[in-house]
Amino acid sequence: MHGRPRKAPKPEDLAAFSAKAEKLRILQSQFLSNHHQKIYTKEAVELSAKLLEINPECYTAWNYRKLAVQHNLFESNLDPDAVNSILNDELRVVENALRQNFKSYGAWYHRKWVLNKGHSSIENELRLLDKLQNVDPRNFHAWNYRRFVAALLNRSDEDELNHTQDLIDKNISNYSAWHNRSVLVSNLMKKKVQAFSQKDEVLIREYELVRDAVFTDEDDQSGWFYHLWLLDQTVKAESPLLTSSWPAHGSDITLSGDRYLDLGSSPFNTYHFDSGSLLLILYFNQAVEGVNVSTVTVSSGFNVNKDVIWKPILSNNSKTAHVWVGQLKFPKVELDSLGAYTLEVTLGHSQGIISSGGFHYSHPSHFSFTVHVQPAKKEPVDGFGSEKISWRDENFHIYEPDSLQSDLVLPLDHLSIKNEHELSDSSWQEKIIDEEISNFRELLDCKIGKLTLARLLTARDALVSSDKSVHSEEVLRLYSELMKLDPPHSQFYKDEHSLILFEKVISGRESLLSYCFRYRNLTSSSSSNPICLRLNGLSLSRLGSFEKLLWVQMLDLSHNELRSIEGLEAMQLLSHLNLSKNKLGSFTSLESLRHLKSLKVLDLSYNEIGAHSVDTTRYLCSSPLCHSIGRSEWDGSEIVTDGVSLVSYWEAFFILKGLKLTQLDITGNAIADEKFTAFLAEVLPALKWLDGVQLN
Amino acid sequence: MSEPPSYPQIEPTTFDLIAAGTGLAECIVAAAASASGKTVLHLDTNPFYGSHYSSLSVPELTSFLNSNSTPSSPPSSTSTTTDSLDYSIVNLTTQPVYSDVEISCFYPELLEENLRKFNLDLCGPRVLFCADKLIDLMLKSGASHYVEFKSIDASFVGDGNGKLWNVPDSRAAIFKDKSLTLKEKNQLMRFFKLVQGHLVATVAAGSSGDDGNGNDEKEGKTKISDEDLERPFIEYLSNMQLPPKIRSIILYAIAMADYDQDDRGVCQNLLKTKDGIDRLSLYQSSVGRFTNASGALIYPVYGQGELPQAFSRRSAVKGCIYVLRMPVTALLMEKDSGRYKGVRLASGQDIFSQKLVLDPSLTLASPSASPSDLLHESFNFLSTRDVRGKVARGICITRNSLKPDMSNLLVVYPPRSLYPEQITSIRALQISGNLAVCPLGMFVLYLSALCDDAIQGKRLLNAAMNVLLTFPDSVNSESSSTVQSENTEEKPTVIWSGLYIQEMSTVLHILNFSLTISIPRVHTHVDIGMASILFQGQFDSINFAPMPDGNLNYNDISDAAVKLFQEMYPNEEYFPETTPPENSEDDIGLSLET
Repeated sequence: MHGRPRKAPKPEDLAAFSAKAEKLRILQSQFLSNHHQKIYTKEAVELSAKLLEINPECYTAWNYRKLAVQHNLFESNLDPDAVNSILNDELRVVENALRQNFKSYGAWYHRKWVLNKGHSSIENELRLLDKLQNVDPRNFHAWNYRRFVAALLNRSDEDELNHTQDLIDKNISNYSAWHNRSVLVSNLMKKKVQAFSQKDEVLIREYELVRDAVFTDEDDQSGWFYHLWLLDQTVKAESPLLTSSWPAHGSDITLSGDRYLDLGSSPFNTYHFDSGSLLLILYFNQAVEGVNVSTVTVSSGFNVNKDVIWKPILSNNSKTAHVWVGQLKFPKVELDSLGAYTLEVTLGHSQGIISSGGFHYSHPSHFSFTVHVQPAKKEPVDGFGSEKISWRDENFHIYEPDSLQSDLVLPLDHLSIKNEHELSDSSWQEKIIDEEISNFRELLDCKIGKLTLARLLTARDALVSSDKSVHSEEVLRLYSELMKLDPPHSQFYKDEHSLILFEKVISGRESLLSYCFRYRNLTSSSSSNPICLRLNGLSLSRLGSFEKLLWVQMLDLSHNELRSIEGLEAMQLLSHLNLSKNKLGSFTSLESLRHLKSLKVLDLSYNEIGAHSVDTTRYLCSSPLCHSIGRSEWDGSEIVTDGVSLVSYWEAFFILKGLKLTQLDITGNAIADEKFTAFLAEVLPALKWLDGVQLN
Repeated sequence: MSEPPSYPQIEPTTFDLIAAGTGLAECIVAAAASASGKTVLHLDTNPFYGSHYSSLSVPELTSFLNSNSTPSSPPSSTSTTTDSLDYSIVNLTTQPVYSDVEISCFYPELLEENLRKFNLDLCGPRVLFCADKLIDLMLKSGASHYVEFKSIDASFVGDGNGKLWNVPDSRAAIFKDKSLTLKEKNQLMRFFKLVQGHLVATVAAGSSGDDGNGNDEKEGKTKISDEDLERPFIEYLSNMQLPPKIRSIILYAIAMADYDQDDRGVCQNLLKTKDGIDRLSLYQSSVGRFTNASGALIYPVYGQGELPQAFSRRSAVKGCIYVLRMPVTALLMEKDSGRYKGVRLASGQDIFSQKLVLDPSLTLASPSASPSDLLHESFNFLSTRDVRGKVARGICITRNSLKPDMSNLLVVYPPRSLYPEQITSIRALQISGNLAVCPLGMFVLYLSALCDDAIQGKRLLNAAMNVLLTFPDSVNSESSSTVQSENTEEKPTVIWSGLYIQEMSTVLHILNFSLTISIPRVHTHVDIGMASILFQGQFDSINFAPMPDGNLNYNDISDAAVKLFQEMYPNEEYFPETTPPENSEDDIGLSLET
């Protein structure tokens, strides 16, 4: 039962307990001897019943009864009367046991087992359940059993839905009933049962119900969760869609054999490739699997070697991922001469891409772009790539688009793929959400009102178009108010605030350009001036909207309040990253870095790595003991000779090992000491600069 | 009937307490006294228990109302014999309690064979809140063993168009309500939570003393300020920005205020915030007190008359002697001191006791027999009647429910909801055959409203009845059965109706109750202080029980009974805990049928 304080036992209770224990012990030993001798007489079975009615947790006794039932059923020659009496006896024993403790797994399981025999009437079961659920309406055993009985009875989902309605009417805090409702409504909508065929009508009905609950008692959380679920049902696209890609649709990409030689083309679109291959990045709105050569077609001007190897960028162990990366090999011939090639990528024409929710990618989509190849003119010089990068402000200069280059910057506006299917049927969603927004504007003096409104406005903005967030100012204000109103959860609001702020900053060409700087180190001899996206000093605690940042190669996130960089793995082109002066607490919170294979320069200075003795993110991170990591990756003995440091720094090893960093700053962290520095030098053989000091 | 059958002789002839009249308060006091080991004789003129609190069949009710609406002729034969040596005889007489009795039977053929199958409450409409003091008292005294209760299905607020709106009296009810807007739901529930917070904080402050404050603040449970508690409730509600609709629901359908709280001119009882909160708290703690009761209100099976009977049975178990059909004709007073000694019964027998509790309809007869000037004055004084304080009551028998899917329900018409001059709430309670107050398939609708006079009272009742019910004459005048069939939501047709005005008189005014113990029938505007000084010496052994009041429950009556008992026996415990309680785990010793 919920919310009942436990009382300390009184002396007389203790005496009663020990008497009970003594009685149990005797019963138990008698029962066990029956069990061992396979005695299934009436008396013996009755004895086990007595035992179970006192202690329903005695699983052996339930199993004994199962054996006894089977034995006795066999003896009875399936005479219907005898069968009935045997099974009814079992049901009675279970009922008595449940009365003793109706959270007994054994008892519930036994009941299911008896009913599955198919000889006893199920009619009584719902009545029994009603009785039990009256006492504890949120008992999950009872709910599980109810679903089992409903299936056995072939009760319609509508009937069960009405039952949840009755329970909610009785007490709106019955979260179990709300939960079952969400399951039933989903089923009914999926099956398109009459009155549930129109998704918008169903959702409007459900919104009305939950609105009554939330407005009646805004402190009750059951309604909040249901409302959140409904909102998700309203906006979520069932089938997966390609959100954005790199290269973006309609963009002109310059692939330069030289490192960052600025030859008049836009710095936004110039990329270097060493390996002779072009990265293709696909960003989906939900995690998908099945991206491969048969589901994604890449057609190019050259005929050779069209096969692209697609790899998921995983942050967990499942096969599905938001981000898929393909390596497109350019034939040697094409790389050696100037040329422009138009590439087209199409997907969704055949089945195979499936979301984690089991939906197929059903809307064929395509994007195309042009690749200009600039073969290397010189022999590689010791230029930008090997020079020390200094993140100091004076090295960054506001980017002023050259008038000549203005149309080359254009691809920024097309960063995300416009999808016609998305827009076509969103009017009912807009209507529903507008209605909810106007309702929740009435409930602005409590936290759930503000939070729900913020969520609704965010969802509303997401529906319209990718670029204009009409309500972002209001949403930011709501989250700021919430941080003050509800201090215990301020970090959560802060994170939400960050996401919105982040999206606001990078949405829209004007805004984004104002955060774009050219890096020019005056002391350096290099003439390349790469573009750096500087999102420093925004007090961000969380990152998002990565689908719009696939093009970024140099990113400055210093002077924020980041505790995690989750999602950053989508930025596959990232080569320079500044995370200095954040609140990163451990290497495990940097797991995304493992996937950034292009990363060369990393600044982690002045964080809190090693400052917390207990690292909670550790449990979210893959560990070396985890099977998915694989032996090859963890076979580090050849690199690290000092076994002691490997054990103490395994997180750092795990994150950094696969990276080919040339420059790393780690100073200002609790973990940074001489031992660690020595460890780093061993793990990162390509490292040239560590904490500003050139290594040999 | 003039020649009464042979009265039984009562043995013994001396008791600690004599109670004349088996009204609820007398029965409670008798039970309490018996429980404390007093010897008690309990008498009643009538052949049934309950006096003005009883439930009667149709003919019994009619004759009781009629006989109590005319002044009884003073019992001439037996009591005029003032030849007693030791005592002066003060004759008692019955005052008319009811007036303007109006009984109409529209379909005698429907009632004929069932006349005796009714248990009509004299003091209806009346219900009990699950958290009522009377429920606690019944559980404590053991009287609960003799009564069964059922839930009232729902309460409604009625409007002039005959529509009934659910009273959103709990969280579940607010959630389900279809007439409130989201904003209103939120406002109402917040107010309920505020009240609950106040009550929790009050309890916490009471138990933990000074340091309680800090904790309360933390949990967000704040007390309503003392200043606010003393303000009129209506003002407080308006200050909380509650819209008029919500205010009206809280005031009249939950706090059960009688008078129009908006109009200070006509409002004779302006509810203070403190009292309003108490009433809300009673309502809220009633919801869910008993798991098998669906709402806040319950009603005894077989009618309200069961309650005095239950206490009588309890007293009988403890040795109290009951004699029905036994009028008390006179008081015996000591000649020298004028002190009460005993009573003379209709049988002529004199019975003596320390204390006496009298039915509220009894009063001292003409002053001719008075032995002294002092007493003489007092009689005049005592026979003065409070002209204000009447309650109009109505009983209607129908064959259909006001709501097709419900059998037992309460309807409140807040002031001015039916017509502009309606200054008091009208309450209507429908009880069905499943509560054994009438044959199955029939319904009894009780109505009441406070009023100043019969004309006003009848107007109040008729207004509600016209909205809720159909009277056969009006059907006949339209003389079309087609009208009936067209209208699917046909209003129930009245088979029988009885309207009457009941005097509430004095004792009900709790304000001056301690004074009116010794001086009943004093109205509020008389200088009570003076009167009490004059007469206390003579009358401290004689007490009058209260008349049924205009409230929906018995809280005030129950309070009055406690007071009565404590005045008489200041050193005795009120229903001492005797046997170990049978149900120690929960307080669900109350049998509720579902």
